[in-house]
Amino acid sequence: MTVLLFSALLSVSGAAQTVDFSRDVQPILAASCYSCHGPKAQMGGLRLDAKATAFRGVSGVTITPGKSAQSSLYQRVAGIGDQARMPMGGKPLDAAKIDILKRWIDQGAHWPDGVGAAAATIQKHWAFESPTRPGAPTVSNRTWVRNPIDAFVLAKLDQENLKPSPEADKITLLRRLSLDLTGLPPTPSEVDAFLKDRSAQAYEKQVDRLLKSPHYGERWGRHWLDAARYADSDGFEKDKQRQVWFYRDWVVNAMNRDLPYNQFLTEQLAGDLLPNPTQDQIVATGFLRNSMINEEGGIDPEQFRMEAMFDRMDAIGKSMLGITIQCAQCHNHKYDPLTQEEYYKLFAYLNNSHESNVVVYTPQEHQKRAEIFGKMREIEADLQHRNPDWKQRMAAWEASVRNNQPQWTVIRPEVEDISTGGQKYLPQPDGSFLAQGYAPTKHNPKMTVKSPLEKVTAFRLELLNDPNLPLTGPGRSVKGTGALTEFVVEAAPSKDPTKTVKIKFVRASADVNLPERELEPMYFDKSKNRRVTGPIAYAIDGNEHTAWGTDAGPGRSNVPRKAVFVAETPISFEGGTELTIYLHQRHGGWNSDDNMNHNLGRMRLSVTDAPAPVADPLPAAVRDIIMGDPARRTPAQEQAVFSYWRTVAFPDRNAEFEALWQQHPAGSSQLVLNERDAMRPTHLLTRGDFLKPAKQVPPGTPAFLHPQSASAPPNRLGLAQWLTDRKAATTARAMVNRVWQAYFGTGIVATSEDLGKQSEPPSHREMLDWLSVEFMDRGWSLKGLHRLIVTSNTYRQSSKVTPELLEKDPYNRLLARGPRFRVEGEIVRDIALAASGLLNPKIGGPAVYPPAPDFLFQPPTSYGPKNWHEEKGDNRYRRALYTHRYRSVPYPMLQNFDTPNGDFSCVRRTRSNTPLQALTTLNEPLFLETARALAKKTIAEGGASQSDRINYAFRRCVSRTPSDAERAELQTLLERQTARFKDGQLKTTDITGGEENPELAGWTVLARVLLNLDETITKE
Amino acid sequence: MNPIARRWFLKDCGVGLGALALRQLGAATVDPMAPKKPHHEPKAKKVIFLFMAGAPSHLELFDYKPQLEKFDGTLPPPELLKGYRAAFINPNSKLMGPKFKFAKHGQSGAEISELLPYTAKVADDLTIVKSMVTDAFNHAPGQLLMNTGTQQFGRPSFGAWTVYGLGSETQDLPAFVVFSSGKKGPSGGSSCWGSGFLPTVYQGVQFRGSGDPVLYLSNPPGVDSELQRASLDSIKKLNEMRLGTMGDPEIETRISSFEMAFRMQSSAPELMDLSKEPKHVLEMYGAEPGKPSFANNCLLARRLVERGVRFVQLYHEAWDQHGNLVKDLAGNCKDTDQASAALVMDLKQRGLLKDTIVVWGGEFGRTPMVQGVGKPDGRDHHPNAFTMWMAGGGLKPQVIGESDELGFNVVKDKVHVHDLHGTLLHLLGLDHLKLTYRFQGRDFRLTDVHGSVVNKLIA
Repeated sequence: MTVLLFSALLSVSGAAQTVDFSRDVQPILAASCYSCHGPKAQMGGLRLDAKATAFRGVSGVTITPGKSAQSSLYQRVAGIGDQARMPMGGKPLDAAKIDILKRWIDQGAHWPDGVGAAAATIQKHWAFESPTRPGAPTVSNRTWVRNPIDAFVLAKLDQENLKPSPEADKITLLRRLSLDLTGLPPTPSEVDAFLKDRSAQAYEKQVDRLLKSPHYGERWGRHWLDAARYADSDGFEKDKQRQVWFYRDWVVNAMNRDLPYNQFLTEQLAGDLLPNPTQDQIVATGFLRNSMINEEGGIDPEQFRMEAMFDRMDAIGKSMLGITIQCAQCHNHKYDPLTQEEYYKLFAYLNNSHESNVVVYTPQEHQKRAEIFGKMREIEADLQHRNPDWKQRMAAWEASVRNNQPQWTVIRPEVEDISTGGQKYLPQPDGSFLAQGYAPTKHNPKMTVKSPLEKVTAFRLELLNDPNLPLTGPGRSVKGTGALTEFVVEAAPSKDPTKTVKIKFVRASADVNLPERELEPMYFDKSKNRRVTGPIAYAIDGNEHTAWGTDAGPGRSNVPRKAVFVAETPISFEGGTELTIYLHQRHGGWNSDDNMNHNLGRMRLSVTDAPAPVADPLPAAVRDIIMGDPARRTPAQEQAVFSYWRTVAFPDRNAEFEALWQQHPAGSSQLVLNERDAMRPTHLLTRGDFLKPAKQVPPGTPAFLHPQSASAPPNRLGLAQWLTDRKAATTARAMVNRVWQAYFGTGIVATSEDLGKQSEPPSHREMLDWLSVEFMDRGWSLKGLHRLIVTSNTYRQSSKVTPELLEKDPYNRLLARGPRFRVEGEIVRDIALAASGLLNPKIGGPAVYPPAPDFLFQPPTSYGPKNWHEEKGDNRYRRALYTHRYRSVPYPMLQNFDTPNGDFSCVRRTRSNTPLQALTTLNEPLFLETARALAKKTIAEGGASQSDRINYAFRRCVSRTPSDAERAELQTLLERQTARFKDGQLKTTDITGGEENPELAGWTVLARVLLNLDETITKE
Repeated sequence: MNPIARRWFLKDCGVGLGALALRQLGAATVDPMAPKKPHHEPKAKKVIFLFMAGAPSHLELFDYKPQLEKFDGTLPPPELLKGYRAAFINPNSKLMGPKFKFAKHGQSGAEISELLPYTAKVADDLTIVKSMVTDAFNHAPGQLLMNTGTQQFGRPSFGAWTVYGLGSETQDLPAFVVFSSGKKGPSGGSSCWGSGFLPTVYQGVQFRGSGDPVLYLSNPPGVDSELQRASLDSIKKLNEMRLGTMGDPEIETRISSFEMAFRMQSSAPELMDLSKEPKHVLEMYGAEPGKPSFANNCLLARRLVERGVRFVQLYHEAWDQHGNLVKDLAGNCKDTDQASAALVMDLKQRGLLKDTIVVWGGEFGRTPMVQGVGKPDGRDHHPNAFTMWMAGGGLKPQVIGESDELGFNVVKDKVHVHDLHGTLLHLLGLDHLKLTYRFQGRDFRLTDVHGSVVNKLIA
């Protein structure tokens, strides 16, 4: 009150006084505004130190002369309206200063010309302008220019008075090219073929060959998988295994078929929203689902859905947009002109999805399914053919069942928190509960409700599908199934709720009653009890080892189910009845921290007062069709009704269908996104806190980048269209820069995750723009981009470095030499496997478990026990891309070599050189196996003489033949150590893995040395 | 480049680089682990963090609340619960009085539970902070906050920041070593000691209490030390030849990595061999050679800091007493009390406590409200108040801070996790505002945009 009065007084008394800009206003702006809206930074695109820019305005008019109420300058500092008060993050201006600004505006906002900075335009950051194709510069030596890359590089070298290095020798070149394009070294015969090929196009032929290799997709897919934070487990405490390898294989295949990059992004953001999406396109949205999932007990699922959303935003920012946007989650971006509101507008595009986990099939499984359903259709056609009156008969049947269901009243009980064992029962609009969060394997939720009916004769339990359940449910097991151990109800008079009576059920019915079956091993609870699922009677038999099971097998596991329980006598108390329902779910396994739950996923309870009701045998979908308007029935609906009706009308044919169902493949699962029907509102979150929603924001794109097309849909597809627009400033640049980084060790912009204002200035900005435009002009073809880079003379230079050059350009940013650096962790392993001949080149499929120390996967190293079934067959020797990745327990060999664990999007790996790496390649069991295998292969195939064999083994590791000095060193080692094995100083069988063969032992020693050379794990 | 390697390079390498080029080369391959000058004169150089994962109950161990005892079985005052979120329980659950007796100990008169008789004996060496607060109330986010200053994955850990800021003082062992004991591994997984966006050399290296302390430390079967040395000599010679051809200083770094690996192969087993410790020392810790335990890890932690290791972290995940509080808390204290206290005593008697900080605590506290049905015997997660203790390097022994009468909220000398980080870095000679790393276009800190040095904690 006093403040208001004070400021009112001020304005009255001051109104007479004319505000002078230079004397009164400018000092306020300089003290409080210029640091963010001045010469150094123009946050939100606003610059207040220059007249020309200050009046222009960004979001609303900054200064409207004469009208402070329409001037955002005044509104924002005064804290009027729902936008954050200025100065952002600082103390509000005092009332007197605010009043000066107000009066200055109201008096006409007179800003004398010549006062303030002269800037008329706000300089846009280079990377925020759409790239245009620059002309190639003139250079000193045109003969060196094979393509424009060389012109850009050479022009820079000319400026620095440097000369490019000579071309690398052919062997080095082929090894470099093979490692770059496929992540595998060339075989000696590939090297020989290249050496023999004297044609002018010899090198280009190799480029073509390698780009066609299926290993190309593995190599470049792995790069994308870093950005996509791919891992085979959930992360956080439980870190449960998840099936997402269909996404990994999708990436590899997309690379191999050179799916245009714009399409590649679109499918990952919105594959499910494309017209008639294929399974592949839906799988592609797995990109967004590679976020971690926290199912720790006691979490709020919405909190961690939001965490996942923030993670998706971060991943899109780093991998697709190439701009760090994470900061704007909590406040306006400090350096780039991204406002917090704009962050949440981008967020809104993504915020309307179910977190789904769908069943997916391999091509073979798809074929099998088509075959099964084809045969079923044939039998049905046959039935219809043999029974020409089927339509009339079915109509009569429909009439007989249309009104045979009693009235059910849905009840919405309260769930007692403490009884759920940490699982969250989220009430849904239709009266059902959706189970989310932690999934205890044995629990007994208690639900209480006042009976809506005077008299209750029976209860109905519906198990429903939900897009947020595994494979759509209706259960929560990894197969989307669940089991009901016991259905228990207690009743009490409302007048005295302590007087509870346990209800006796005399009859239970269900739409599915399966034969008794023992629980699968995934539900093993370490007890000796024989635990089974079976018909609905098992839910009221008082036996906690028996349960009602609803899993009718592959193809029919994930359908809604219902059961009805009839009480011995109607339940009714004078003055109302309190009902307490317990849904015992005790058929999960022993470990609630793993994928062992067998819970119901979405369930709805109803009551009736009808006498002796039974569960509707009709599937819900069929019931809906029958109750609908027959005139509007589609042929597919007609067929659906028929498919049910024929089971009762022609029961003698059921066995044929049953036999076909038995052949149905189980498929795999994949985490995807699935658009919701009803739009979920998005709010700006104060300080990024999901409990502090501020104003609601619609989907939209940031003002500092190219405008969104008016016709773009307000969903993920719209976001994809905007990101892949030809005018998008950073999309092509970010990818081109990262491809460059993979070849040369450093990007053209070194900070490849951020091309924003704080990024390092590009070493060759025009080249980046030229490549980006060229990339888009070539139809966003990544293979085209690779071809361009690897055929340049820049790429083909020798990587030898002179002391002078090292002094001048230690990090090779000027590119006066070829790249030379240690290969990535996966390739370190792949090289050893390839050199030894052990490599299993199979592409794709579920993750594999190469040897790893057991203790890593057991407490107290791991939070809970983890599965690691060490491969005994040739899956042991698959490429490291396929090694199972637990986020909380990274595979040690890969971790030691800087492989990211997928906790967050990574577009730039670090490259360390440590003693732990040395210990790994020296002593890790699989490396020893590769040494042994290389030794065997050398003895078998390397020729007769010792020096031939040394040459052979050497070439398998580094492609070239050794120098005399190198060979002599190896010979000495071989002879001395073989002698020690021969005279029994060393135990031969230990190193050979059982063979009493000193020669093999000696060669294993030699092979181990070769596999540990710097050169072996380096791209030269 | 380390000095030895540099000398070798000058003397033996013979690639004929001029002095000028070599200086430049040194810059290109600067050793990220080389000791660095701190921002100011440090009071401590090393840290041993005893991380009591799962979150021990402050109400049974350090923060005695007679009023909580008095109001046992009644509901908490509603104004206390406004806006309060609990992990499992309905916040409006009955209060539960402390389940164990407390007594005053030492000059400071610190009230310590009967469960911690050994800790009680070193009470006057401890800085007991009864006013810790955190933002998280689930395990993984809470552990990440305590270890990395944020609830999100992807940031460097306290240990990684410390090594990044100060470098390493040992050539034979990793600078940041992690042990794990107890019932489970930490909920935050390896990210608790990760390097985040810092170079991976700064991440913690997990040691094991038995077998190979470091993965792949032992030679493969059939390889004796002579063969290992001969192999390494060949590797070195061949790498030197390649260095001569290519001139890439990275090859030289590879050579020194292999040499350090070899040194580690002898220094690490020597380190882990507790059998050479005198009997009275083993007894003081309750350690038994060859039998992995928290006690062994405490003794190993002392041996590590003796050998120049910068940061040692012991995870003991056992403290999540949603139920069975009485039995399990007693068991956990039995497993950890003696060794924790022995570590403080042992460091002190060796003169190591002067420049080593020992920290004891978990990711949050536990609710004054009860959890459980039937005979309830548990407490839920509680971020608003909990207790940690520290000892050594520049800390002022005392009991500091206060929670309210129910142990629910902090009422005096609040220390947020960020403040703890800022203070510990300060003791290490590092200014938490200046210890930054540029990533994604901005300078990151362990304390992010928070934290201040708590001067009251400092001697």
